[in-house]
Amino acid sequence: MHNLKLASVVVGLSMASSAFAATQVEWWHAMGGANGEKVNEIAKAFNDSQSDYEVKPVYKGNYTETMTSAIAAFRAKQQPAIVQVFEVGTASMMAAEGAIYPVYKLMKDSGQAFDESAYLSAVTGYYSNTDGEMLSMPFNSSTPVLYYNKDLFKKAGISQAPKTWQEVESVSKKLLASGVSCGFTTAWQSWVQLENLSARHNVPFATLENGFAGLGTEFKFNGPLQVAHIEKMGEWQKSGIFSYSGRTNDGAAKFYSQECAMFTESSAGYAGIKRNATFDFGVSELPYWEGKVKQPSNTIIGGASLWVLQGHSKEEYKGVASFLSYLSKASVQADWHQFSGYLPITKAAYDLTKEQGFYKANPGTETGVKQMTTGTPTANTKGLRFGNFVQVRGIIDEALESVWSGKVDAQTALNTAVERGNAQLRRFEKANK
Amino acid sequence: MTVTFPQKGLPWLLLLPQLLVTAIFFLWPAEQALEQAFYQEDAFGLSREFIGLENFIDLFTDPLYYQSMLTTLVFSFSVAIVGMSLALFLAVMADRVIRGKLAYQTLLIWPYAVAPVLAGVLWWILFDPSMGPIALWLKSAGVDWNHYLDGNQAMILVVIASTWKQISYNFLFFLAGLQAVPRSLIEAAAIDGASPFKRFWTIVFPLLSPTTFFLLVVNLVYAFFETFGVIDATTKGGPGQSTTTLVYKVFDDGFVGLDLGGSAAQSVVLMAIVGLMTVIQFRFIERKVQYS
Repeated sequence: MHNLKLASVVVGLSMASSAFAATQVEWWHAMGGANGEKVNEIAKAFNDSQSDYEVKPVYKGNYTETMTSAIAAFRAKQQPAIVQVFEVGTASMMAAEGAIYPVYKLMKDSGQAFDESAYLSAVTGYYSNTDGEMLSMPFNSSTPVLYYNKDLFKKAGISQAPKTWQEVESVSKKLLASGVSCGFTTAWQSWVQLENLSARHNVPFATLENGFAGLGTEFKFNGPLQVAHIEKMGEWQKSGIFSYSGRTNDGAAKFYSQECAMFTESSAGYAGIKRNATFDFGVSELPYWEGKVKQPSNTIIGGASLWVLQGHSKEEYKGVASFLSYLSKASVQADWHQFSGYLPITKAAYDLTKEQGFYKANPGTETGVKQMTTGTPTANTKGLRFGNFVQVRGIIDEALESVWSGKVDAQTALNTAVERGNAQLRRFEKANK
Repeated sequence: MTVTFPQKGLPWLLLLPQLLVTAIFFLWPAEQALEQAFYQEDAFGLSREFIGLENFIDLFTDPLYYQSMLTTLVFSFSVAIVGMSLALFLAVMADRVIRGKLAYQTLLIWPYAVAPVLAGVLWWILFDPSMGPIALWLKSAGVDWNHYLDGNQAMILVVIASTWKQISYNFLFFLAGLQAVPRSLIEAAAIDGASPFKRFWTIVFPLLSPTTFFLLVVNLVYAFFETFGVIDATTKGGPGQSTTTLVYKVFDDGFVGLDLGGSAAQSVVLMAIVGLMTVIQFRFIERKVQYS
């Protein structure tokens, strides 16, 4: 009798405590600095909006570190429920079927309303399987654009931003003549000058729909268009029209210091450029080669998405689902887009931002969205999906550097990169069959 | 004279902490790496396949791997030689200072406390082609500094960044070594009319040889194993593969590329190389060392 009473008290207590303590959902992310603070703010707003779940964002370092620690945690069975993974890690995550909980399935299982057509297809396409089902939730997406120094342009007597690479060349010559020491520099050379170059001209980067249709994909970026472009850039490096500034976005320093008048960089670089530029700058679409394509296609995205990992309770997954729905709300998305410079992921967020007059007040911020949403994405422009893509990017970097330094010609360099890249693809295929 | 313990258990007990540390932090991971090297595994550890020597075959049929070995040798010996000669020079100078001795010594030891990645970032900023003060100064002196493009310059940069940190360590040992050289010997030589230069090379330097030998081993091991942080922060192995050392490749393939099998095979090779080098050093160079 005594024991029974005690038991009922204990049960009662535990029920009460589960009613009060919200289910915790851990979210590992790679957003440092101001964006990291914004992430905390978003999580806090979600936590305040309801009392069942508590999302705990944890900063885990840069993209590679975040992904590596999530994988290590998974191996040790300590994984978070949500992890932010950069776009080049997508294939690795997708192939790990036993480790991930596809977002479309999660939403269905937890009864959350989820309309995939509300999202921008250029963004979600990157993270969907061949049946069009979303496997991860896009969070921060960006696309490369051209930033240009309006002051230097004015001094050189140029009134318009170049639309084509031919114009980039002629404009750069004028700039050099006016005393500027370099026409343009680029960030993320593989992403901008090869991957997006291919998409913009609707040319395959690899077989099997750029890897979307299977692990048997092979690289094709040593085609005539890519070779011609890289060869031209090699010439430009010699004549000063182009100046190489490293594999990441270190080239920003050359743009800030007005050494280079133009800079091809992610649309998400806007905030940094706005903060650091002591001159008037403009944003324009990523150039294309006139004569190589009638109407340039959409560019593809970079950035990261949120993956849900296996191994948590049903209750936690309900929390994850309701958090992901919250993240997709137009007001939350529009706020994140306007604050960070990343692209909006839903049409509603794009429309809301337009309505709020943000693009008018901040000229240039709409360029990336417009460029990414031109036309319907084709097999060549919906994205890239390759295993071991991190290493392949390194291989491409090495090949391009050998062209910039004049050691190897473009065709040879790209052939070697394709061959070495394919070896990486085969390794991945074997490890994930 | 040999010391004997009354019971057999005590010496083992006293050794136990060190043995445990070695077992947990060296033997166990080494065994894991050795095992992993024969498998191919996806990043999450969901599937694992025994593939025999394939990881090693992949490595040794890759011409770039040999390139990386060569790069590592150039890099490691540069770091060891530059680091040790500068440290020796500084130690000799600091040994002579009488006023403010402690201040000099402390300042020279300071860089050792800087984390490798920080040291990398520091030099990376100083040498940044468009805004780094040293790069700008070099440019005004007519040197076209751009380590993003020029492989040799990139190598110089990583050698400087890796050496700088190690100088402090070397300095400390050289200074202690110098202070152990008996003054009477030097004074006797001075009375006999030997120049300071001669005194150094015929008396001090040979007496320093145990220290020098010890530092050579330590510096080479440092350059082989502990410099990937510096390389990651300065050049990321580029341009091309001109600063991709073996250990950086292990880090890059394993922790960035998540290719665990391939990376493990590389660390096994690296282990073998360093083991071999240490044996060679003790066999051949140590003969020239005078211990007392």
